[in-house]
Amino acid sequence: MSVESLSMAKAINLGLRQALLDDPKVLLMGEDIGPLGGVFRVTEGLQAEFGENRVLDTPLAESGIIGTAIGLAMRGYRPVCEIQFDGFIFPGFDQITSQLAKLTNRHEGSLTMPVVIRVPYGGHIGAVEHHQESPEAYFAHTAGLRSVTPSSPHDAYWMIQEAIASNDPVMFFEPKSRYWPKGDVDDSESGFPLHSSRVVREGSEVTLVGYGPMINVLLQAAEIAAAEGTSIEVIDLRSLSPIDYGPVMASVQKTGRAVVAQEAPGFVSIGSEVAATITERAFYSLESPVLRVAGFDTPFPPAKLETVYLPDVDRVLEAVDRALAY
Amino acid sequence: MPYTAATVQLLSREGTLVTSDASAEYLPLIEALSDEELQEFHRQMVVIRRIDVEAANLQRQGQLALWIPSLGQEAAQVGSAFAARPHDHVFPAYREHVVARIRGIDTIKIIAMLRGLSHGGWDPKNNNNFHLYTLVIGSQTLHATGYAMGIRLDGLMGTGNPSADEAVIVYFGDGASSQGDVSEALVFAASYQTPQVFFLQNNHWAISVPVQRQSRTPLYLRGGGFGIPSVQIDGNDILASYAVTRSNLDSARSGDGPRFIEALTYRMGAHTTSDDPTKYRDAAELEFWRNADPISRYETFLRGRGASDAFFAEVVAQGEDLAADIRKRTLELGVPEASSMFTNVYSEPHPLMVEQQSWLERYETSFDVLAGGRPDGEHA
Repeated sequence: MSVESLSMAKAINLGLRQALLDDPKVLLMGEDIGPLGGVFRVTEGLQAEFGENRVLDTPLAESGIIGTAIGLAMRGYRPVCEIQFDGFIFPGFDQITSQLAKLTNRHEGSLTMPVVIRVPYGGHIGAVEHHQESPEAYFAHTAGLRSVTPSSPHDAYWMIQEAIASNDPVMFFEPKSRYWPKGDVDDSESGFPLHSSRVVREGSEVTLVGYGPMINVLLQAAEIAAAEGTSIEVIDLRSLSPIDYGPVMASVQKTGRAVVAQEAPGFVSIGSEVAATITERAFYSLESPVLRVAGFDTPFPPAKLETVYLPDVDRVLEAVDRALAY
Repeated sequence: MPYTAATVQLLSREGTLVTSDASAEYLPLIEALSDEELQEFHRQMVVIRRIDVEAANLQRQGQLALWIPSLGQEAAQVGSAFAARPHDHVFPAYREHVVARIRGIDTIKIIAMLRGLSHGGWDPKNNNNFHLYTLVIGSQTLHATGYAMGIRLDGLMGTGNPSADEAVIVYFGDGASSQGDVSEALVFAASYQTPQVFFLQNNHWAISVPVQRQSRTPLYLRGGGFGIPSVQIDGNDILASYAVTRSNLDSARSGDGPRFIEALTYRMGAHTTSDDPTKYRDAAELEFWRNADPISRYETFLRGRGASDAFFAEVVAQGEDLAADIRKRTLELGVPEASSMFTNVYSEPHPLMVEQQSWLERYETSFDVLAGGRPDGEHA
């Protein structure tokens, strides 16, 4: 393989496989990740290749998975935990936020916590309650954690390996709606820093900032806007904590207008943080307020309403129009 | 919960050895101990009780934010602590000050934590594998289990070489037994057959809530429900605490899977210095347990073996010296640098930490009028 067209699920699978090959201390842990290959088949074939001592089918207990991963990391292992669905992470929330996130600090630096928690997240899969949520803000808010999310198979392939190589705990949010579309993955280059945002489409009049599942929507919006004569720049944050503001600020200084988009509810969210920071740092460059496009501040609705709940191209363009109206 | 017929006891309340079918298995482990080793048990119990008093006094005098007494639980802790081998790993809850001491942790580190100077901060690797205290009840049982899973993955149990094989002992209490994490730890331990001992100190009270609210069944029976061999001991009997823990750690180390010990003991003091047990428990109960005191019965036992007055006097004097030393060093503790807040949040560079630490330094400097500092960072 050098450049190959792969789904994100397969790209992560290959990234995990490479990490297992590179370091004998890397372990995969989670529910149904063995013979089944996980409910999204991301770990397919890995237990058969690496054995039950490297790819552990665990009991059905999220706090147990995270808590024992912490102990394994204390022992020198580098566990990669799969949480089956976004909404199932909360039984493990205490171990993540009160223990995993704080143990390096509590040990005054003598202990590292190289634990990755993979979380399939987001909507557009028509699933039942607790299976389509976007809980990333809870974790980005917690000191001691790093949070990242790829939007393409190529980024996913590299970011999962970077996350596993990190000596800090990393929340790795995988956009479920992007698991299956294929994209080119190039494994011949040397990757990129884990916490780097990037411009995925250049433009001059409005900056769209997003991450994970929203990037595809933002690119579609930019395409439509271009046809209507509006030039939009799209930035993929890729990392939610810390946030690499370099490309964001450079873009806003150029365009003077920014819209931040996400599937997650907007109140106290990544989008809120980005909007506030742009306002603080680029106030004199702005021609309009920074606007947010987000899921509504309701529980995720029954699936037949998800296309109403989730921001789509039209809602993004409506915000673009509002920004341009100033 | 009273003792039951199943409660293993090697030393009676009167200080005599108990010979029974249940004790026969364990007495050889006691017989293997020298007088010096047996006297060391006593020394540690007496000394920690004296430190306990001193630290509580320091709290009352405003020198500590909090103290967590271990009064009454000395036998459960000292016996089990001496049962672990040096290369075993010990995961405490937050009341195991004497276990910490036996593993080589200077009590001043615990004092510093409760004075508000650290969150613990010692490195288990350099402190005989004694891990940090965990204040969220029961969380550490999962860390211990994961650690023991790692020992198993490393192949360092059941090799037949006791000096290579490792085991884990994790301390928790009757209150913790209600936490989901403890049940999950027992599930994982049983599932992966980890080399570890769950050491439950049933001190009968979770702050103000009696153990009867936590469980309708003796707690050691819970272990059996998870498929883990379990035993209940008289936790105020230091010989039972030592021998049963020793035996169970040996089993775990040899690859026989996890073990569960419930040590029946009693928290004779308050939960912490913020607590007032007179509001929720009656004097008769305390009196019952005062008569089961772990130290006095052991002193009787040692005297029966010929320990001298001079020995007991020397131990008391050592306690006085250590208490004075703790007091002196507590008052000498400084305050950490403000910058230390930022330095170990992550193990690798993080832009928010850099920005905020740098901002704080500029901000603090701005108050230095003579230096001409300004809060906007233009200080030259």
